Amino acid sequence: MSSVVPMPAAQRRFGSNSGQPMTRRDGVLKVTGAATYAADNHPDGMLYAVTADATIARGRVVGLNVAAAKAHPGVVEVLTPANRPALAMDPDAKPHMFAFRTEVLQDETVRYAGQPIALVVAETLEAASEGARLLAPRYEAETPRLGFDGVESFEPEAVGVGSPPTTVKGDVEAGLAGAARTVEARFETPPQYHNAMEPHAIVAAWDGDRLTLDTPNQALVMSTAAFGAWFGVPAENVTIRSPFLGGGFGSKAIIFGAQVLTILAAKMLDRPVKYVLRRDQMFGPVGHRGATRQDFRIGLDDAGRLTALEHVTTSSTSSFENFLEPASNASHNLYATPALAARHSGVRWDVGTPGPMRAPGEASGSAALESAIDEAAFAAGLDPLEFRLRNYAEEDPASGKPFSAKALRECYAEGARRFGWADRPLAPRQMTDGAGRLVGWGMGTALFHAPMFQAKARAVLKADGTAVVETAGVDMGQGAWTALAQLAADGVGLDIDAVEFRSGHSGLPDGGIAGGSGHTATAGGALHAAGRDAIARLTELAVADERSPLFGAGNVGVEARDGRLHRADDPSRSESYGEILARAGLDAIEGTGQGARDPASAGDYAMFSHGAVFAEVKVDPELGQIRVSRLVGAFAAGRIVNPRLASSQLYGGMVWGLGFALEEEAVHDRRSGRIMNADLAGYHVPVNADVAEMDVILVDEVDPHVNPLGIKGVGEIGITGTVGAIANAVFHATGIRVRRFPILPADLLGAAGAA
Amino acid sequence: MNLFEYVRPASVDEAVAAASEPGSAYLGAGTNLLDLMKGGVSTPDRLVDLTHLPDLDRIETLPDGSTRIGALVRNAALPRDADFARRFPAVAEALLSGASAQLRNAATLAGNLMQRTRCAYFYDTASACNKRMPGAGCDAVGGENRAHAVLGWSDHCIAVHPSDLCVALTALGAIVEIAGTAGRRDVPIADFYRLPGETPEKETALAAGEMVVAVRLPADAAAFAANQRYLKVRERTSYAFALASAAAALTIADGRIVEARVALGGVAPVPWRAVAAEAALAGAAPERAAFERAAEAAFAEARPSGDNAYKIELGRRVVARVLAMAAAGTPERLPALPASPFAEPAGVAAHV
Amino acid sequence: MNLSLTVNGEPRQIVLDDPRVTLLDLLRERMHLTGSKKGCDRGQCGACTVLVDGRRVNSCLTLAVSLDGASVTTIEGLADGDRLHPVQQAFIDHDGFQCGFCTPGQIMSAVGLILEGEAGDDPERVREAMSGNICRCGAYKGITEAVIDAAAKIASDKQRDAA
Repeated sequence: MSSVVPMPAAQRRFGSNSGQPMTRRDGVLKVTGAATYAADNHPDGMLYAVTADATIARGRVVGLNVAAAKAHPGVVEVLTPANRPALAMDPDAKPHMFAFRTEVLQDETVRYAGQPIALVVAETLEAASEGARLLAPRYEAETPRLGFDGVESFEPEAVGVGSPPTTVKGDVEAGLAGAARTVEARFETPPQYHNAMEPHAIVAAWDGDRLTLDTPNQALVMSTAAFGAWFGVPAENVTIRSPFLGGGFGSKAIIFGAQVLTILAAKMLDRPVKYVLRRDQMFGPVGHRGATRQDFRIGLDDAGRLTALEHVTTSSTSSFENFLEPASNASHNLYATPALAARHSGVRWDVGTPGPMRAPGEASGSAALESAIDEAAFAAGLDPLEFRLRNYAEEDPASGKPFSAKALRECYAEGARRFGWADRPLAPRQMTDGAGRLVGWGMGTALFHAPMFQAKARAVLKADGTAVVETAGVDMGQGAWTALAQLAADGVGLDIDAVEFRSGHSGLPDGGIAGGSGHTATAGGALHAAGRDAIARLTELAVADERSPLFGAGNVGVEARDGRLHRADDPSRSESYGEILARAGLDAIEGTGQGARDPASAGDYAMFSHGAVFAEVKVDPELGQIRVSRLVGAFAAGRIVNPRLASSQLYGGMVWGLGFALEEEAVHDRRSGRIMNADLAGYHVPVNADVAEMDVILVDEVDPHVNPLGIKGVGEIGITGTVGAIANAVFHATGIRVRRFPILPADLLGAAGAA
Repeated sequence: MNLFEYVRPASVDEAVAAASEPGSAYLGAGTNLLDLMKGGVSTPDRLVDLTHLPDLDRIETLPDGSTRIGALVRNAALPRDADFARRFPAVAEALLSGASAQLRNAATLAGNLMQRTRCAYFYDTASACNKRMPGAGCDAVGGENRAHAVLGWSDHCIAVHPSDLCVALTALGAIVEIAGTAGRRDVPIADFYRLPGETPEKETALAAGEMVVAVRLPADAAAFAANQRYLKVRERTSYAFALASAAAALTIADGRIVEARVALGGVAPVPWRAVAAEAALAGAAPERAAFERAAEAAFAEARPSGDNAYKIELGRRVVARVLAMAAAGTPERLPALPASPFAEPAGVAAHV
Repeated sequence: MNLSLTVNGEPRQIVLDDPRVTLLDLLRERMHLTGSKKGCDRGQCGACTVLVDGRRVNSCLTLAVSLDGASVTTIEGLADGDRLHPVQQAFIDHDGFQCGFCTPGQIMSAVGLILEGEAGDDPERVREAMSGNICRCGAYKGITEAVIDAAAKIASDKQRDAA
């Protein structure tokens, strides 16, 4: 990159695109049904695949009625361990940490209910579905392992994706011993399932040794290599088209066995094959949020300041993988304490492997931590907000590093003001509405990491004054096609309408992974940098060309805006991109860029988005039914690229928090291990009527260190804080502290009659 | 879904003749049947499509003052019929608290009556279920049965009936009109549903091939219009089955309850008429004490079938509340959140 | 099995070789009208919502063969050429969607709701009436606002047309 446009990162001027509340650029496609999701593809000659799935959680398949399935009209092939062709990869190997061990009919072993045990391919979906049913498997079943009690736990090497399992600062025992009062509490969170509205789907088509996949994927370029490895073909032979994802929430970043089997079937039969999960099949092979049991010991001094904070999590994983919900890490970065201990252990259940689900670790951990903090505030006789301010962390408690930026105080203040928190009575059960319902107010602090990954992008300025800017990014609803285009347009100094933004295809420069709330910063950084690089190259042409009004401006610099380069010291001297290119005899000029964190700032600062969520709930005192009547969230997440879309992301996260607090739970039959509510009637997620008044406040924050653009993520933080806020509001309404999520009417029947 | 023969009869007679063949099932809108067939829970050899039959989609008032609802009347049509909703507001409220607008637009009256339990063990074909496979056993016993029955269950089946509509119809003493190869007959709704006993697969009084052609609300049912409500406790604000629900209908004169009707949902294998509760209310002042006595009476015989003892206390409170709501009077317009504890606007006491 | 259907205003004669085909699978897999989505296939999410004879229903729980003679409107038939239906425009304006997968069903449900004419501008009634359409992204606030806005727009357009 050239240094012709030198501007310190913190003061970098932006073009006119980012910061604007533009509506979605893909809006028309989505409201007309023209946006194409994976399962909408239908190549000529396509066959349909349906898996048969295990109905035991542990044991072996000892019989499949393949003849019956094959005899059903329209059934073309049945894949079982007996006839499955060889694959080039060992399904039980783990080449890198994003590769999860999976089931591709390697043997007859069943390790969770819902595991695919055969794949039926047919001319129609109806025939494939019935063929799968007719397989009528027989099993040798063993007793499944589930639950926290009576199950041996293990000490993990890592939690989440590569996090250390234990963090200790200071002396917790001493802190507790010296405390004026202590609070101990145990919380439990259940298994939860992503349940994106779009079930996972894949349409696989081979052309010789080249493979084309239509499949929703949160990490396009990385996945080409991963898919290719199963078939011994190089990454460049694999094309993944993923223009729209119908929600991902972490579940579409990891390859699962049935995708591989579908590709294999397409190869065997030399016809394209489509495989779409049924809703019930979303409860097993494609990840979930593991269950947790979380124990707290909290010490307080006379003034309500923490003397010790211990957060110990046991979480569930599968029998064959190690992903553990890093819930105790939620205590790392929020509250100042002289002694901090965060530990994890795991238990092995006969379930599909859990994985990252919207705010992995932080969601479950925050739910428990914010509830525990509320208990501590109550024990100290302090207002929950005042308590949090007394324990405000001026530096990161876990690392001791300064924060790159932290506008949490402002979030507290603005959220509390909007909510009317100052009027909150300290004691529970003090408020009712006019209809006699109990009313409670609760709050929680929100926090999420501001990571960056690696991404690349390309920008091409064209002689007609437009640009093409591209990266293999991912839009699963967060609004990437709009926000990334805004950043891309600023990078090339053009109005967004003059920029063609290309993404969602693995043939483009690697856009990295959409996850961890880092995609906008990472891919957006790459796009912006690519644009700047193209501008720099264009500037080099102009300032060296004596026919240009910009000739000799190399020392004073130029600025790119509205399709023209202007002298920095004399903006009236300018020239259009097209004129510069034309004189140089070029049709276009290309720049490339990368998005990644500056290693220096990565080591020096702790980087987070922050927020404060305030909840009002109403509880029928006799019937126990709960409704969240108001939610206010105030969030500080650096530079907001598009306030409309960022707000929507935050609203969505808060709705997830509502679901976590009051609704979501996968219920296993303890005898069979099967999930008994594996559908959207039994596994409750919030419906429209659950969501009454909601408010999001975007709090100004300038973060000069997080990345050159000052961008943090907003995709996950909304769920953190919200769960605790609602649980705490339920306590405030009823005086009943429910320490097991979700909080249900049955938990609150004791609220009747109590004073 | 298994392959099946599709038959579209032109008359009720043709329909019952076709459905008398073993392995036949009637198809209404299909909102429950297709669900069951997709899951392999139901595997009929023949579907007899009733949706094109003439004359079964009418709501009419008969000369004797009763109201007759045809089998094919869509669930949404009843609350939308202003005259019907005025005379039977609890029926309208119960209907609007069930399923979703889309399902109510499709589902038929007879389909609602004939819908199967939502017990997860009934739906899960890998589980033992005496309803699905007589004699197989009941895995709901000793399983995840937080939502199961506390009244009327047997060791062979602890599932609950899922309908909201039928609870209100039961309170109002509806009559089910049935057609079969042997002709037509009427069965009071309380006799239409059977308790599981030792034969939980026999859910209704219908004989093989018989179909529901209409439901009548007798003339006296309209007398309760001024004081009737439906209340339903759920685990989310809408689009959920009842943990416990109740319909209450009162006639009140001179400060006394003349006659009371109470039926319960979500707590029993059938829509449950609480006769003892009704008796406890007759002649009483419409006050909390009487409502609580009635609630006690309604659940006097209740016992948990598993991890669901809470439903007994919850059920009592639902009964006491719905009686208070009914006593307070039918609202002029159904609330925005029908049958919900959050239905009443601020200022209207949710409990007395 | 022969079947007469009017789809988005166009009369269609359909030959079905399999009685099991649902309206949703007929639209998506055989007519390649893929705007209607399959989110659950059991009437539990609303992503497949279409209008049948003007009423919003779950196409996944409707047997195609039983619809002989019916008129079906899908998301593809809503806009007038390039001119969006007011509900479609309102969903964009109010950001009533994120991933977009439930959106065709949400929009068809909203159109059906407005035709029913029972919710008016009461957000609680709209929320309740739209609760058969699950949005996992949690765009409910925008959806509710969009439905109210579109209903008002449609009402005022009607008034203007009548005047």
